Amino acid sequence: MPLDTPQLLACYRTMLLIREFEERAVKLYKLGEIKGSLHPCVGQEATAAGACFALRRDDYLTCTYRGHGQALAKGLDPKEAMAELLGKVTGCSKGKGGSMHFTDPRVGLLGENAIVGAGVPIAAGAALSAHMRGSDQVAITFFGDGAVNQGLFAEGANLAAVWQLPLILFCENNQYSEMTPITATTRTPLHVRAASYGMPTVEVDGNDVEAVYEVTQAAVTRARAGAGPTFIEAHTYRLLGHMMGDTEVYRTKAEVAEWRGEQRDPIKRTRAALLAREVSSATLAIIEAAVVATINEVEQFARASMLPDVSEVYEDIWVAAA
Amino acid sequence: MMREIYYNQALREALHEEMNRDPCVFVMGEDIGLYGGVFKVTEGLLAAFGPQRVRETPISENGFVGAAVGASMTGMRPVVELMFADFAYVAADSIFNQAAKMRSMSGGRVTVPLVIRTQQGGGRGNGAQHSQSLEAMFAHIPGIKVVLPSTPYDAKGLLKSAIRDENPVVFIEHKLLYSTRGLVPDDEYTLPIGQADIKRPGSDVTIITYSRCVLQALAVATQLAEEGIDVEVLDLRSLVPLDRNSVLASARKTGRVVVVHEAHRFCGVGAEIAALIQEEAWDELHAPVRRVTAKDVPIPVAPSLEQAVLPQEHDIMAAVRCLMSDNKNCS
Repeated sequence: MPLDTPQLLACYRTMLLIREFEERAVKLYKLGEIKGSLHPCVGQEATAAGACFALRRDDYLTCTYRGHGQALAKGLDPKEAMAELLGKVTGCSKGKGGSMHFTDPRVGLLGENAIVGAGVPIAAGAALSAHMRGSDQVAITFFGDGAVNQGLFAEGANLAAVWQLPLILFCENNQYSEMTPITATTRTPLHVRAASYGMPTVEVDGNDVEAVYEVTQAAVTRARAGAGPTFIEAHTYRLLGHMMGDTEVYRTKAEVAEWRGEQRDPIKRTRAALLAREVSSATLAIIEAAVVATINEVEQFARASMLPDVSEVYEDIWVAAA
Repeated sequence: MMREIYYNQALREALHEEMNRDPCVFVMGEDIGLYGGVFKVTEGLLAAFGPQRVRETPISENGFVGAAVGASMTGMRPVVELMFADFAYVAADSIFNQAAKMRSMSGGRVTVPLVIRTQQGGGRGNGAQHSQSLEAMFAHIPGIKVVLPSTPYDAKGLLKSAIRDENPVVFIEHKLLYSTRGLVPDDEYTLPIGQADIKRPGSDVTIITYSRCVLQALAVATQLAEEGIDVEVLDLRSLVPLDRNSVLASARKTGRVVVVHEAHRFCGVGAEIAALIQEEAWDELHAPVRRVTAKDVPIPVAPSLEQAVLPQEHDIMAAVRCLMSDNKNCS
């Protein structure tokens, strides 16, 4: 089913929230408020918003270190997310996980992961768990084009296929494995390789939120019906560097500028689609201002929060015996 | 009432009982169904519980341990069999980067009630990639409990506790222990993880050990008793958590300690135990702590070489005699 206009507006709001969150995080990183790793997903908002719109709150999700967008789209509280980036005790992982480990089982988020490919078998296990418990929950795992060259992907995809698990393998092909172009890492289209595991595959324009929603919705429907996994290859592009401080010598400014343009940028495209559906620019302006206000509050909350007390060092490692 | 049963039978009883008790418990691994596992620990489980809960996997150790992590985070209690401990290197990411760290990385929001059963050790000529003892590697990474039972009684009681534990547990069996026998109660029981067990009380020397080396230590103790040397054998049973109190109490009691393990010497558990004792009980020692371990080379196949590399009873005996002698230069 295509998205109706209120649904598309909801996705637009999610995409704006992700971009505003990420751009604010970049600002806070440059100010020294955020340290360590930061891998912004600016430019890849449509995959997160479109795919997660097809999920229920109790469905499971694993994603990568570039997973802030998917975590927020799945329902992670942006205040907890930003506080986590700042290492604050109010963060979703009490400041112990950081940018690459957003986790919140209350919204099915089983973790971003700092190991490329590692989320695939974990999500397969969550799908197995749902299946064994007789639940109709599904699991989705987001990963990049680079992960498809990992053994963890191969093993997880094969398990999902051979056990017919309710899993959606969602590949965000942003054309670069970190700093290396895809032409240097594979000779086979990724969806072709995935098909060899014995599962349906689909390619989609990953910057078209409506198309992303529709293919994911179809895969979720299959999975819930017990018809097994689906591999989705979404073509997209990351507009910022792989990480903070990336010199980006591997691509041209013209290439990035093209993807920032009206024809490619997922937020600009969604805005145009909404205007074409006769949503007024005044309505959009209200949503846009509300998102900025939300992220202002988010930043304020994160900055005002405390760092964890040193007494926390030995907490949250072990579960004490009942 | 007690019965004498085999070590692998004791493990099978633990799995059977826990799968009966809790529908969330399931086993997963290579050749564990119809074949019953290469050491026959899971024999009969497929007939009793069916292929959903006795789940054959492809040869994908990293993948199925990763899947077990995901299943354990979402309400199930998987018991994974890694056919040989050596394969833990293949599954290293899922064990060390995922299972061990999930709870901490989530600020305590997730639990990983996962058991990884495996077996290790040499003595059968299986060569360098099927004979290693890897407990120190597991114990080094915070977030995983490490259990190494030496008897059928301990194996059953500790495996039941491992399955009920809310934390990841690496449960390490020994390939030469499966065919050993011991008394096991008819009635249900569990044993707490983290408590060492004095397998033989003694007053002159403590042998601190675990897994199959406990049997070697007991044999040595019996022989040395004839010479008038009274050996205490302390079976650690788990390395994480380590029963520091029992280690220190025994060290203080005898003042002489030999640590014995089949793993390599360098950066091994023996070094950790020796360090603990010298930090906490230096003044009560009559002699330096000694170690009897495998030599620091890959395990060779030729029986002559394998025996030379792995710790033998005569090596343990020599270390004990050395501690009892006035010659501080013996080894």
